[in-house]
Amino acid sequence: MVRIIEKRQLTPITKLYRVEAPLIAKAASAGQFVIVRVREGGERIPLTITDYDRDRGLITIVVQEVGATTRRLGELDEGDEILDMVGPLGEAPDIPSGGHIVGVGGGYGSAALLCLMRELSDRGEKTTIVMGAREKDLLILADELGEICDNVEICTDDGSAGFKGFVTERLQQLIDGSGPGRPDYVIAIGPMPMMRAVEKTTNAAGIDTTASLDPLMIDGTGMCGGCRVTVGGEVKFACVDGPFFDAHQVDFDEAVSRSKMYVKEEQKAAACQRSAAGAA
Amino acid sequence: MPVKRADKTPMPVRKPEMRAHDFEEVNEGYCFSHAMFEAERCLRCQDPVCIDGCPVRVPISDFMHAVAAGDMQTAAGILRTANPLAAICGRVCPQESQCEMKCHMTKRFGPVAIGHLERFVSDWEMEQPRSEEAAQPWRDEKIAIVGSGPSGLVCAGELARLGYHVTVYEALHAPGGVLRYGIPEFRLPNSILDWEIRSLELLGVEFVNNVIIGKTIKMDDLFGEMGYSAIFIGTGAGLPKFMGIPGESLNGVYSANEFLTRINLMQAFEFPYAETPLKVGKRVAVIGSGNTAMDAVRSALRLGAEHAMVVYRRSENEMTARIEEYEHAIEEGVEFHWLTNPIEVLGEDGWVTGLKCMRMELGEPDDSGRARPVPIEGSEFIFPVDNVVLSIGTRPNPLLSKSTPGLRTHSWGGLLVDEREVETSVHRVYAGGDAVTGAATVILAAGAGKRAAEAIHSDLNAEAA
Ligand SMILES: Cc1cc2nc3c(=O)[nH]c(=O)nc-3n(C[C@H](O)[C@H](O)[C@H](O)COP(=O)(O)OP(=O)(O)OC[C@H]3O[C@@H](n4cnc5c(N)ncnc54)[C@H](O)[C@@H]3O)c2cc1C
Ligand SMILES: Cc1cc2nc3c(=O)[nH]c(=O)nc-3n(C[C@H](O)[C@H](O)[C@H](O)COP(=O)(O)OP(=O)(O)OC[C@H]3O[C@@H](n4cnc5c(N)ncnc54)[C@H](O)[C@@H]3O)c2cc1C
Ligand code: SF4
Ligand code: FES
Repeated sequence: MVRIIEKRQLTPITKLYRVEAPLIAKAASAGQFVIVRVREGGERIPLTITDYDRDRGLITIVVQEVGATTRRLGELDEGDEILDMVGPLGEAPDIPSGGHIVGVGGGYGSAALLCLMRELSDRGEKTTIVMGAREKDLLILADELGEICDNVEICTDDGSAGFKGFVTERLQQLIDGSGPGRPDYVIAIGPMPMMRAVEKTTNAAGIDTTASLDPLMIDGTGMCGGCRVTVGGEVKFACVDGPFFDAHQVDFDEAVSRSKMYVKEEQKAAACQRSAAGAA
Repeated sequence: MPVKRADKTPMPVRKPEMRAHDFEEVNEGYCFSHAMFEAERCLRCQDPVCIDGCPVRVPISDFMHAVAAGDMQTAAGILRTANPLAAICGRVCPQESQCEMKCHMTKRFGPVAIGHLERFVSDWEMEQPRSEEAAQPWRDEKIAIVGSGPSGLVCAGELARLGYHVTVYEALHAPGGVLRYGIPEFRLPNSILDWEIRSLELLGVEFVNNVIIGKTIKMDDLFGEMGYSAIFIGTGAGLPKFMGIPGESLNGVYSANEFLTRINLMQAFEFPYAETPLKVGKRVAVIGSGNTAMDAVRSALRLGAEHAMVVYRRSENEMTARIEEYEHAIEEGVEFHWLTNPIEVLGEDGWVTGLKCMRMELGEPDDSGRARPVPIEGSEFIFPVDNVVLSIGTRPNPLLSKSTPGLRTHSWGGLLVDEREVETSVHRVYAGGDAVTGAATVILAAGAGKRAAEAIHSDLNAEAA
């Protein structure tokens, strides 16, 4: 059981939780994740460790509600407990030093980049975050990221804040020399289609890129192989070998296809949850 | 002396047409009189060779004597002392290649039903009232157990009985190892595992789930700031192998571990109340022939597959599953395709549609001493299938050894242990079960846990002296 000590609503569907998890906080590195289960009979879902505070034994997670489990998690409040949490899982990415490092975040991705970008800034790297959302109100942790990174590039589909357009369009402009300039290394975290588009963009420009893949997972220890992805023609388990992989080597077609394996069942679980909530 | 009956008293089972559609236990168990009747078949031999067949040397003849006399209390005591997981082993041990194979009765008649009686007596014991007061450790030393499979459970229990503070760390959200996530309810109900775990809690063992040693807590910290005097590693061999054939990452292809974990640990059979889904189509091919393959194929049947088939490149003779499971699988309608080697998983729009195979014939014996299957040229054909489940073996998980400097392994990942077969290359770190041997059996893991507990006790005593 993991107690929630702080809850912040970042957008209508995104919540930030600070929870008491001293062992995880102590062992965590930027870029690792946890797996949580919210109720008996519930799914195990992976969530990035957005931040950690070793002294106080706390970790921060940011949850975007997309289905049954994330919604159920989103219903929890301060003082409530999360049934199970295990971590830190996965390996921290190995980001080369001495260059302009650009993090590209969409969806929960900008939150997932938070402590990674801070670590890089602390290391003395030149850092830029390119973060995107449909509209201004859906942007998350822009202020916090602004304090950490040398540059923040905000993109909205409707132009309600920052650059009007997709993160990849702004990324292309940076590559072409605009704003903080051409990246030497790119870190992409977000929805699969976004990561894939970032990969296309940086591939054409010959820029090394790592992507945090988010396949379906169960145990997170290498036991089931459900999280397998093909990278450079080799099968890897994202939970133990990743989640960061050389984006230019990732078989995105397969990864996207595998992530849609249970779309119908997910809808059914969500409908069942909603009707149970309605009946209550 | 009463006349000895020739045949083993059959185990009452639920009807195949009923049981093949639910997850309730297949075997119903003997009744009291059945049990006494069967135990009476034991010859109480001068040389009870059955014991030699038992990896933990249960004094079977004494046990039979007590059962035949109807003294279940004594019988249970005899069992427990030798095998702390008797209720489980009575259900899952391959008796036909262990005690029952050796039994003198086997040569002329059917063996004494040692396994069924082990099950009966343990089940009887579980029904007796017990005190719910937990024992308190009385020694100062703390021991950490890594992994809650049978090796860890037995090691924990033995050490708790000796008075140590014992903590079992488990990576998953529920303890039991393969007994929890692998072996299905219809063979080993969770309630039995829960009872065993509760027994250990009553002995004073503390269970901590959701902790991965090597990730959440490093081995060094267990010794250092956490103050453990010794560590037992029983992390199993949970890393699934894939075949490396084309199409293995198509949707609908599972490792047996994933397939069974979704069902047993995550209760996918209760979807959508339990939220973890599993897609089981009309035609399911399971590749392999061990207990895991049988569990997967019979689970597929229970989840609605109309054709649940086992595909194996060797013949029936080389099959490694327990004979009882094989017989039950046949009764339930599982189809077996021997001498058939999968070479490609075929798909459409990202989903499995077929399994391309070759027919095999048996050639010269290979390294394992079994006849080597050789492909028959031009024999390729396709099974139309909706799911493929790979059950071709597992390896020890490198997670812990990778994160623990000095912990040495074989090239295939198994932990290296000393000549006593208990201590690893790191001082005061012991290991046993599948993590050392590679995928084996519950009773071998249990035996290893017991051996390690004895070694830990004597090493710590020697140190203190
Ligand atoms: C390493 C890793 C780190 C992650 N970090 C975070 C995080 O910090 N915050 C966060 O909110 N989410 C994160 N995710 C994604 C999160 O795990 C999924 O959103 C969650 O499992 C969905 O569960 P659900 O039951 O709510 O939705 P489901 O009912 O399972 O899915 C609902 C919808 O979401 C889609 N979906 C399902 N899984 C994913 C996925 N992995 N990625 C994208 N879409 C998905 C489905 O296709 C479906 O359309 C991470 C995933 C991984 C693998
Ligand atoms: C489907 C299936 C059916 C089987 N059927 C039979 C049968 O009928 N009869 C029989 O005798 N044998 C059977 N076996 C084999 C038997 O289950 C195993 O040999 C036995 O469980 C091994 O026990 P173990 O203690 O070594 O580890 P396991 O049972 O594998 O348990 C290891 C535990 O350690 C945990 N763990 C791993 N790493 C860490 C870590 N770093 N930190 C914390 N925890 C960790 C794992 O999560 C797991 O819970 C079967 C196996 C399978 C998979
Ligand atoms: S060998 Fe068979 S008959 Fe003889 S003591 Fe053992 S169980 Fe009884
Ligand atoms: S989640 Fe099971 S192996 Fe990665």
